[in-house]
Amino acid sequence: MQRRHLLRYGAAGAGALGLMLGVGWWRVDGPGTSKPAGQRPLALSAMDFRLTDHEGNEVGPDTLIGRPTMVFFGFTYCPDVCPTTLSDISGWLDDLGDAAAQMNVAFITVDPERDTVEAMAEYVGYFHPAIRGWTGPEDQIARAAEGFRALYERAPTKGGGYTMNHTASVFLFDAEGEHVTMIDYHEPREFAVPKIRRALPENVEGAT
Amino acid sequence: MKKRPYVKGLAVIFVLAGLSAPAISGSEDVNVENAWSRASIGASRPGAAYMIVRNMGEDAVTLTGLTTPLAMMPEIHETKTNADGVSSMTPAGEITIEAGESLALEPGGLHVMLMNLQNPMTEGETFPLTLTFSDGDEVTVDVPILDIAARGPEG
Repeated sequence: MQRRHLLRYGAAGAGALGLMLGVGWWRVDGPGTSKPAGQRPLALSAMDFRLTDHEGNEVGPDTLIGRPTMVFFGFTYCPDVCPTTLSDISGWLDDLGDAAAQMNVAFITVDPERDTVEAMAEYVGYFHPAIRGWTGPEDQIARAAEGFRALYERAPTKGGGYTMNHTASVFLFDAEGEHVTMIDYHEPREFAVPKIRRALPENVEGAT
Repeated sequence: MKKRPYVKGLAVIFVLAGLSAPAISGSEDVNVENAWSRASIGASRPGAAYMIVRNMGEDAVTLTGLTTPLAMMPEIHETKTNADGVSSMTPAGEITIEAGESLALEPGGLHVMLMNLQNPMTEGETFPLTLTFSDGDEVTVDVPILDIAARGPEG
């Protein structure tokens, strides 16, 4: 029994290694080379887009520089992933306590057709007050997503409507606007919160 | 002091009893627990509901459909996140639950998608949801509507 298990793990390991090499080739030399998702997000200072926050203020990547930042792409007609992630983010911010006030948190819609400034205002009002909702013209949303290397696409639904497929990870930047890391969708709080603390300046980190 | 653990134990039992939402009617072989949903903003956005469907019987059961007066098109959907971190949702179709197994409908995985809401989902209210199985059995459960930012059946 033991040996059979070992063999099975060995075979699985070799398979996984082969898969990783294959994926590596596909990303580096293969047809996946030009795919933006394989790349790191740009620094905020290298991005260029203009959007409007849920209070009607004009915002852009420069708005986020100077404080650590979390960015999440989604849409308010999203029944599962987006409220779950915004609840997760709200929970992380609660855990961070005072340090949360030192952070920017932007929820950028990938569905500007339905997510007007008013819709964003109503929606973000149900979550942690640090979360800002950003929307704007389709071309500016596209430029933002390009800078973050976020992906999104419209997917028709049976009832004649549509939903949006989108990058569900949370992007984390430090106060200088450099990308620090990603927090994966539904990542447990015990991993997410220390990641966020790493993006916080020393003094804030020490204070909590 | 010595009584504390006992009291705590009792509290846990009460909490568990409060969490499980036993089926209000239908098949004795299927138990639905920890049903919950989030409040909606208006009725134009789709809602979602979550629960554990437990097959207590000795045969596999196949969940074939859902009905509720709350939504014209309730369906089981599955959220999948690919290697690029992109999440998408697709209808899950029929789902077979083996004897003694349970089906977890939870955030970020399989869930009840409530499309074409007939009225807004209001926090504090409940709505009936009927699960239909391939053998014709039906189970109806009352789903509590929690805060829009709820993370689980406890809120």
